[in-house]
Amino acid sequence: MHRSIFNLFLSMIKVLKSGFFSTIQDQGRFGYRNFGVPVSGVMDKYASDFANQILGNEKKSAVLEMTMIGAKLQFLVPTIIAITGGDMNPKINGESVDMYKSIMVSSNAVLSLGYAKSGFRTYVAVKGGFLTDMVLGSRSMLKVITEPFKISDDDILPIAETVELEGTKNAKIRYKDAYLRANSIEVTKGPEFNKLTQQQQDLVLNQNFTVSKYNNRMAYQLLPLVKNNLESILTAPVLPGTVQLTPAGQLIVLMRDSQTTGGYPRVLQLTENAITILGQKTTGSSILIQLKT
Amino acid sequence: MMCHLKYSQYNERSILIEWPAFIDKNIGEDVLFFKNKIENSSIKDIVEVICSYNSILVIYASTIENINSAFLDLKSLYLDTSKVQIKNCNTIRIPVCYDDEFSTDLKNYSIEKKLSKSEIITLHTAPIYTVFFIGFLPGFLYLGGLNSQLHLDRKTTPNLNVKKGSVAIGGNQTGIYPQDSPGGWHIIGNSPLELFNPKTNPPCYIKAGDKVKFYAISKSEYLEFQAEIKNASFNIQSLFVND
Repeated sequence: MHRSIFNLFLSMIKVLKSGFFSTIQDQGRFGYRNFGVPVSGVMDKYASDFANQILGNEKKSAVLEMTMIGAKLQFLVPTIIAITGGDMNPKINGESVDMYKSIMVSSNAVLSLGYAKSGFRTYVAVKGGFLTDMVLGSRSMLKVITEPFKISDDDILPIAETVELEGTKNAKIRYKDAYLRANSIEVTKGPEFNKLTQQQQDLVLNQNFTVSKYNNRMAYQLLPLVKNNLESILTAPVLPGTVQLTPAGQLIVLMRDSQTTGGYPRVLQLTENAITILGQKTTGSSILIQLKT
Repeated sequence: MMCHLKYSQYNERSILIEWPAFIDKNIGEDVLFFKNKIENSSIKDIVEVICSYNSILVIYASTIENINSAFLDLKSLYLDTSKVQIKNCNTIRIPVCYDDEFSTDLKNYSIEKKLSKSEIITLHTAPIYTVFFIGFLPGFLYLGGLNSQLHLDRKTTPNLNVKKGSVAIGGNQTGIYPQDSPGGWHIIGNSPLELFNPKTNPPCYIKAGDKVKFYAISKSEYLEFQAEIKNASFNIQSLFVND
């Protein structure tokens, strides 16, 4: 009894600085899209899965997702962590630490992450996972669904109690970080693709686009505009990775926090891997959209 | 009703089934009927079934290995008439206050439609609407059944902050904003009900396939509802119509 209360208070991380935009995410919120609830979940599944895998966590364990500028965290208990995704120059107590490896962290240690040098999103996983509130079957933070919907300075984040502090055997898995530098993504044709004229189809496929400043967990807009005369459709289901084309010519790539339905023509669909690649891009990044063969 | 449906692969893990693109009672009911069948079917690996006016998106747990056999499973399920429809649909009465304080667009709407406020209220509260699906925002109901006399194109400039509970008309649709949100529909009233609450499971007491009927309430009744909802003494069952 005493032990559990003791640990209840101690198995925590204190957020000294939250970074630019940080949230707790897991694989997503499934089974509630029929109520209009976005699926959410980590933007970069590869990074999150890798981090959980090196710690021997379940795939569904929640991780911390940081965007552009990382957080500064103080561990109130010893634990084991892994850092994956974009390189935010992680340091523990001021000393650089390796990414993509399990790291033993002692009590009161401070992990600080800076500006993303590669990629745009970085993940911190802890042994056993973050244990923030589970809402509708998921810990993924999102406005209207969870309170809070993002991490703030001075937050206390509960984490799993770590029983064994032995480092996991350094499994022979290597982080394949090439996707962070990838400049092309694969798509398939969306339900309304064939409503585009041949000329318009040529403008959206096998072309280079630039990520506009309107990019977040909900959607990424791409430039340049694609002139079109498509009519809006009867509101219909959409998924993360669905590319909508607005009458104004904006290509909108829906991401993890996207609405569940939409009325703009769905011209393309990103593959799962393409969503991960795009989620590591930021304003001004160039990306080639290629039809999957 | 049996329709000729179009089946296509949507992404690695999902299949889109489309009916002709109309907001139509028969199509909508066929969509809901088929959705119900899929949800109660023994087809393996299906995790979620999302629907809209004229389509269903079937989401699988993992990558679909054989798309043609997945199509076949769904097609034969659609044609299988031995399955009995599982009926568990409710009719819910939704109180709406149409007072000027809430109905910020009613004046303009009334002028454009050449209908008086009381005519609008009568036309809006008369039908029993079908909830075809929920989308756009958590808890936003897409309703079928708006009287054609009330149809009016969306506003050219959307309102950046439509208040939670706003009851509105856009084109041939009517709906309720479950939370503050931007929106381009004409606001004709406000409902005190909480349509979405993530702390309850399910988060909405209304689901696709249910029916709703609006009824007009006064400002003081509105405030009573609000107070009851706030202090948790409100029982939503009191608004369910027993068949």
